[in-house]
Amino acid sequence: MPAPVVLRRLRRRPIVLTLLIVLVAGAAVVLARWRIPQPPPVVMENVTIGVPEGPGSAQRVYLDATLYRPALTPAPAVLVAHGFGGSKNTVSPQATALARRGFVVLTWSARGFGASTGQIGLDSPDYEVADARALVDWLSRRPDVVQDSPGDPRVGVTGASYGGALALLLAGTDRRVDALAPEITWNDLAQALFPNAASRDPIPLRTPAAGAFAPDGVFKQDWAGHFFSGGPAGPGLCGRFRPELCAAYLQAAAAGDPTPDLMALLRRSSPAEVTSRITAPTLLIQGEHDTLFGLDQADATARQLATAGAPVKVVWYAGGHDGGEPGAQLQDEVGTWFDYHLRRIGPDPGTGFDYQVEAIFGTHRGVAPRTVHAAAYPGLGASPVQRRELPLSGGPQQVIRPPGAIPAALSSLPGLDATLTQGAASLDGVAMNPPGQAATFLTDPLSDPLELVGSPQVRLRVAGAPTLLGGLLPQAVLFVKLYDVGPDERHTLPGRAVAAVRVGPLPPDGTPVEFTVTLAGMVRPVQAGHRLALTVVTTDRGYALPSQPAVYTVSLASNARLAVPVVPGEPAPQALPAAPLAGLSGITALLILLAGRAALRRRPDDVDPTLATVPVVATGLTKQYPGGLTAVRELSFRVEQGQILGLLGPNGAGKTTVLRMLLGLIQPTSGELRLFGCRVSAGAAVLSRVGAFVEGPGLLPHLSGADNLRLYWAAAGRPTADAGFDEAVRIAGLGDALYRRVSTYSHGMRQRLAIAQAMLGKPDLLVLDEPTNGLDPPQIHAMRRVLRDYAARGATVLVSSHLLAEVEQICSHVVVLQQGRLVAAGSVAEIVANSRVVFTVDDPDRAATVLGALGGLTVMRVDRHSVHAQLDGLPRAAAVGALVDAGIGVDGVSTHHPLEEAFLQLMNREETG
Amino acid sequence: MSAPGAAPGYRPGASLPLRVELVRQVRRRRTVLTLGLLAVLPVLLWLAFTIGHDSGSRSGATLVDLATTSGLNFVVFTLFSAASFLLVVVVALVFGDTVASEASWATLRYLLASPVPRGRLLRQKASVAALLSLLALVLLPAVALVVGVLAYGAGDLVSPTGQSLEFLLAAGRLALTPVYLAVHLAWVAGLALLLSVSTDAPLGAVGGAVLVSILSQILETVDALGGLRDYLPTRFNTAWVDLLSSPIDWTRLASGAFSGVAYATAFGLVAWWRFTRKDITS
Repeated sequence: MPAPVVLRRLRRRPIVLTLLIVLVAGAAVVLARWRIPQPPPVVMENVTIGVPEGPGSAQRVYLDATLYRPALTPAPAVLVAHGFGGSKNTVSPQATALARRGFVVLTWSARGFGASTGQIGLDSPDYEVADARALVDWLSRRPDVVQDSPGDPRVGVTGASYGGALALLLAGTDRRVDALAPEITWNDLAQALFPNAASRDPIPLRTPAAGAFAPDGVFKQDWAGHFFSGGPAGPGLCGRFRPELCAAYLQAAAAGDPTPDLMALLRRSSPAEVTSRITAPTLLIQGEHDTLFGLDQADATARQLATAGAPVKVVWYAGGHDGGEPGAQLQDEVGTWFDYHLRRIGPDPGTGFDYQVEAIFGTHRGVAPRTVHAAAYPGLGASPVQRRELPLSGGPQQVIRPPGAIPAALSSLPGLDATLTQGAASLDGVAMNPPGQAATFLTDPLSDPLELVGSPQVRLRVAGAPTLLGGLLPQAVLFVKLYDVGPDERHTLPGRAVAAVRVGPLPPDGTPVEFTVTLAGMVRPVQAGHRLALTVVTTDRGYALPSQPAVYTVSLASNARLAVPVVPGEPAPQALPAAPLAGLSGITALLILLAGRAALRRRPDDVDPTLATVPVVATGLTKQYPGGLTAVRELSFRVEQGQILGLLGPNGAGKTTVLRMLLGLIQPTSGELRLFGCRVSAGAAVLSRVGAFVEGPGLLPHLSGADNLRLYWAAAGRPTADAGFDEAVRIAGLGDALYRRVSTYSHGMRQRLAIAQAMLGKPDLLVLDEPTNGLDPPQIHAMRRVLRDYAARGATVLVSSHLLAEVEQICSHVVVLQQGRLVAAGSVAEIVANSRVVFTVDDPDRAATVLGALGGLTVMRVDRHSVHAQLDGLPRAAAVGALVDAGIGVDGVSTHHPLEEAFLQLMNREETG
Repeated sequence: MSAPGAAPGYRPGASLPLRVELVRQVRRRRTVLTLGLLAVLPVLLWLAFTIGHDSGSRSGATLVDLATTSGLNFVVFTLFSAASFLLVVVVALVFGDTVASEASWATLRYLLASPVPRGRLLRQKASVAALLSLLALVLLPAVALVVGVLAYGAGDLVSPTGQSLEFLLAAGRLALTPVYLAVHLAWVAGLALLLSVSTDAPLGAVGGAVLVSILSQILETVDALGGLRDYLPTRFNTAWVDLLSSPIDWTRLASGAFSGVAYATAFGLVAWWRFTRKDITS
């Protein structure tokens, strides 16, 4: 049979099937986890809204906006503002989610971005904020938006970064805003881009992340450059920025120092200017991985809002400009916020404080951050934040700033952290402090674990020292970081943020100046046994550094302690994961149902009592393999009790297929097979009366022969006593080898063991496929005797073979197959009696005449050298005698069986074809 | 119950008892080697920590830092190193081998003709494979616990997010990890079983299941897939860590359990459907 075809078909299908299953399973999971019912549809409408170009200007700027309408209107509205460099499209997922919740959502590309016209004013109250007020006006004229009073729509505003500041600035200048949720944004843009974390005076300690916000800061040029280049492309250096803004920035960037113009512009774009007028409930979300707008910015906003009387909830999450924008879970929280404050539905989100604690090795590697919930943001009400005072040790240390400030320390890479590494740890390999530039002060190893939440403070001293160039510099620019140091001296910089410090004037006589530093805000679980290292470095690549060389002496203030904020809280309450649990119970129910059905729906046994004594009846048996090969065609035969039946045919005649169907291994395409009257199917009980040896032995190679027999019988589901091990062992004839591993056996030994295994339990029908293959002549002889003895006891034996001689010697009956068809069937004697004889003679024509005259013989054909005749009872010797008597030279006499004819025909066909 | 036409004393329900299948599997060198390797792994890790020298130049914390803080943290580290690949391979090996190896030894046809009903054969073999997998999943943390406590003491567990858990409480939580892993890795078992009934090459079935797991983990790193990644079977393979938070965060655990069971059911049912209908040509 063309095995390759079958194999190819079988091999190809599992792959397709597996893919299909993966798809189906995936679809099932999707369906199971999707919210049912489906989310309500959202209608989107693109609109262009014209607004004045500037205060009092007659010219107009056109804003490209999209309105998302929920299924049910009128509804409260939410403005979703995009981040710097984005457009209305970048907030589309959030807008859609809010609209599905039931809000009318308006998104727009800010002027200078996307398809909107105009120039970027950096959230200027005259331009972008005025635009947003115009959008509120626009909403107030819409019937599908809930109106609190004429011209005052019910409206919330949210956005991240650039959009977050806009939300605060709008709420501070438009009292119609009813709720807001600014994310990862600034309070004071001047302080964000020119930070100074040092103050000579003590800094308030009430809130966890209070910053110094001191004037005369250090230019955060790396981020500022990224920020400004993040604007959309346009002609020249300034792109789509307003000229006055661009000019001020270029001037500051070139000088490394802020110009008063720029500072004034940045201040005007800062929520700090308007927060005193905000009373709407505010959800303030800030990132713990944010070297651009740190936790101190949100801390300042929270303080100002609380003073103004606005309800504030603060959320710090494991992300930010360096660690990814707020994800779906936080946006969901924003939705809950608006649900409650704009629609009065859902639970009260309260005015608490949530912060996330990341795994000590960052957010990657699959460890989700842990969320801690505190009842309130400390310091806004009566009680200030708790601080643990950790003594620091370390004497005065001299640090230098090399000329040109090169090499400079590296702490973080703006933007790259977020896009490339998604966490903090991956920069660890390259982050470093150049030698000679860092002074370090250490705490003792912690006796208890400590959860640092916010900005630690410390009081330091710095003194100038003369350089070779002579003279002292009037100011010191320093960068202060706090490392978590493990027992193995491994340093981790949580949040990767540094506190930039500018202290001055330094007295020329070298007396130190004392100042307080607020370190960058962070959330860090510090393990017991770890130490905190306060490091003061002279350089940092993220900042504009003075290029003059400098030498400073840095020391701790007397009795200096690191004041570490801690915020005790509880694990944030979590909802029971309903969807997966429902899915789990659904699957369990399905499986129970299937098992029950299988148990109830037993196939009725198909038994024909009239055939109960007939071992094998095959009727119209046909097997067509996938691929079109027909191995057995319309085959019918019977095996009676006590017979030794030979299934005879050349290789590929379909013998093995018949035997496999007989054992229920292969399903017939049509027709049926009955053993003792019972129809054969996969695993039919009647097979327990059959012993089989098909297509070679199947033994466990790692077990001994004896164990193979024992375990095979133990798996057969019949009583141990019925096995007849002794007889089987005798038939196998393996001697001591019986107790060796089967993998050490020769082919003949395995063959005998497998046949012995087939005879375990004295089956009523013994099926043997080519049993003498690979046996030597004495063993073949012994095997014949075993089979004859076996049949003599009333059992039936079915032997397949492609050797006529063997069948003749073993079998009483024979079924001859060729190409899946029955060629002949009957007793061996009958078949032999009907054999054809070929007389090879020197005169075939005369020989035919002589033979024809004899009787008891029919001449079939005459060739050039031979006469073919069918003997009908005439002995061959008599025929030969008659020929010799007639004087005809007889060269040879040979018998041709039907099988041999079949062989010859087959071979002829193959030769010609 | 004796079926009509059967040999006296034949009961389908008595064929291939679990005990017999267990003996057939346990006496294989492969099984013993696999389990032995899992038992040796914690010792190897301990040796690596003891002998190995830190280069010292690296900064930043890693999971290894936590590993040596206490015996329990050593268990967590061991599980972390093994869960996403080694244990997947073990489960794939045990399940992928079930039917395919019988086919490759040619013993499958003799079992089925003896006769062991096909559904029963699959069930018994899957049960024994599950038993061996569970043994492997329990053995690894158990040995790690013994090695860890001997080497690093019975201190508190420090979770990756810095929470401390008392020894007994934490040990109880860790005892749940094999349970979660067993449920979650059921998808590997189902897939390996399906491949096992579809091919006569045991290595193909085992390799196929491992391959799919690797593929899924690669897809998991593609951020562009967004929320679709939640449907990847390996998505929640580290969710067992949530058992160590206090209180236990069930969100990802439940998703991981559901995803494991859902895939396992789908694969398992198809495997059963195929095996009870296919022509045995091995």
